[in-house]
Amino acid sequence: MAKKRIVSTTINGTQRDFLCEPRQTLLEVLRDTLDMTGTKEGCSNGNCGACTVQLNGRPVVSCLVLAVEVDGATVETIEGVACNGTLHPLQDAFLNNAALQCGICTPGFIMQSKSLLAENPNPSEHDIRFYLAGNLCRCTGYDKIVRAVQDAAGKMSSCCEAKV
Amino acid sequence: MRDFDYAAPTTVAEAVQLLQSHKGAARPMAGGTDLIDQVRVGRLTPDLVVDIKKIPELTVLEWSANGLRIGAAVPCYRLYHDPKVTAAYTALTDSAAIIGGIQIQSRASIGGNLCNSGPAADSTPSLIALGAIVVIAGPQGTREVSVDTFCTGPGKNILEPGEFVVELKLPARAAKSGSAYQRFIPRNEMDIAVVGVGVSVTLDAAGQNFVAAKIALGAVAAKPLVAEAAAKALIGQPVSEATIQKAGEAARAIATPIDDMRGTIEFRKHVTGILTARVIQQAVERARGGK
Repeated sequence: MAKKRIVSTTINGTQRDFLCEPRQTLLEVLRDTLDMTGTKEGCSNGNCGACTVQLNGRPVVSCLVLAVEVDGATVETIEGVACNGTLHPLQDAFLNNAALQCGICTPGFIMQSKSLLAENPNPSEHDIRFYLAGNLCRCTGYDKIVRAVQDAAGKMSSCCEAKV
Repeated sequence: MRDFDYAAPTTVAEAVQLLQSHKGAARPMAGGTDLIDQVRVGRLTPDLVVDIKKIPELTVLEWSANGLRIGAAVPCYRLYHDPKVTAAYTALTDSAAIIGGIQIQSRASIGGNLCNSGPAADSTPSLIALGAIVVIAGPQGTREVSVDTFCTGPGKNILEPGEFVVELKLPARAAKSGSAYQRFIPRNEMDIAVVGVGVSVTLDAAGQNFVAAKIALGAVAAKPLVAEAAAKALIGQPVSEATIQKAGEAARAIATPIDDMRGTIEFRKHVTGILTARVIQQAVERARGGK
């Protein structure tokens, strides 16, 4: 078996060191080694977006990242979105707009939507649908998710203190 | 997933040495969006994965009077986030913006798309249309080849054991030139081309006649095709519906697609003609200063 590696990374602002095999994905390490099970496993081949996290500020599917690759990197996961027990405007908007049913796709949608609003604070419906095309939801039919993102975008841009 | 070792060299020479010493059991990895999945499903069985993203040359995105240098590991999003690249090499940024979804574009590279050598790869027709040169490093040193001859069949290319792609060199764009890439797919994103067409055209100063043209087709043969007759049908001719139609027919004539779940042979041929004409039209509009 290939030798385990020590990986040093910053996850949600906290320095985390872990041991992993080269063949382990970031998704596996987050869930199985670090017990951060907020990030969900869906298809495990990059199609569904359930495992979306931010790697050095860019949204990626963590099933297609080797854990060894994140040495020295910054990772943001769903666990870092709420602040001291206060939900992020996107999380609030998903609840208020009933933008989830079974919920397994939700962490991925929140992380991807967060990246969208950081890049484009006032997205059109088309912008939202295009940016979220790599996230699949089999429950909602997407319309409520789109409305939730629009709602959050409106609230975040009307409050200059809201952080993306 | 299968057990493998991992190395992240910081020089081209070190990467060549690692690839060579494992005699075909080592695979270079840029974004990993194809490789990791292929290892997981057992299509690839590497003993060593060589992460090439830590080699400075592989992440260069450099613009000069001579053209554009794109390191083989540069992810798609860096191309379309660069206004200069988008303005001058529009076909390539068209491609980069539709490969997978946004998450895939954060990691997937143009070099990787080329080296996977899928017949339906979205960036290869654009690279061909834009006249890209592939810079390859290997045990014998560095060599440069035209991207036209790089792919040899589904998943196959001219890379020898121990070789890997370092960068793509795109020549400077002529005045009054424009380029575009479009694919036909049943949905708007996250899909594989039924037909893909990349076009680059250069017009005369008045913007009325074709001076130069290059056209490439994806997903209609075992490898991306250079549509020479289609380009010839344009060069020296006035920009007109009739000229563009002829080029579309010439492109259709060389398509040798397969029947599969994405489309029948007849449908793919038909789409090749129509899409080629549309993409030429779009490249013309861009050459004239449009979007």
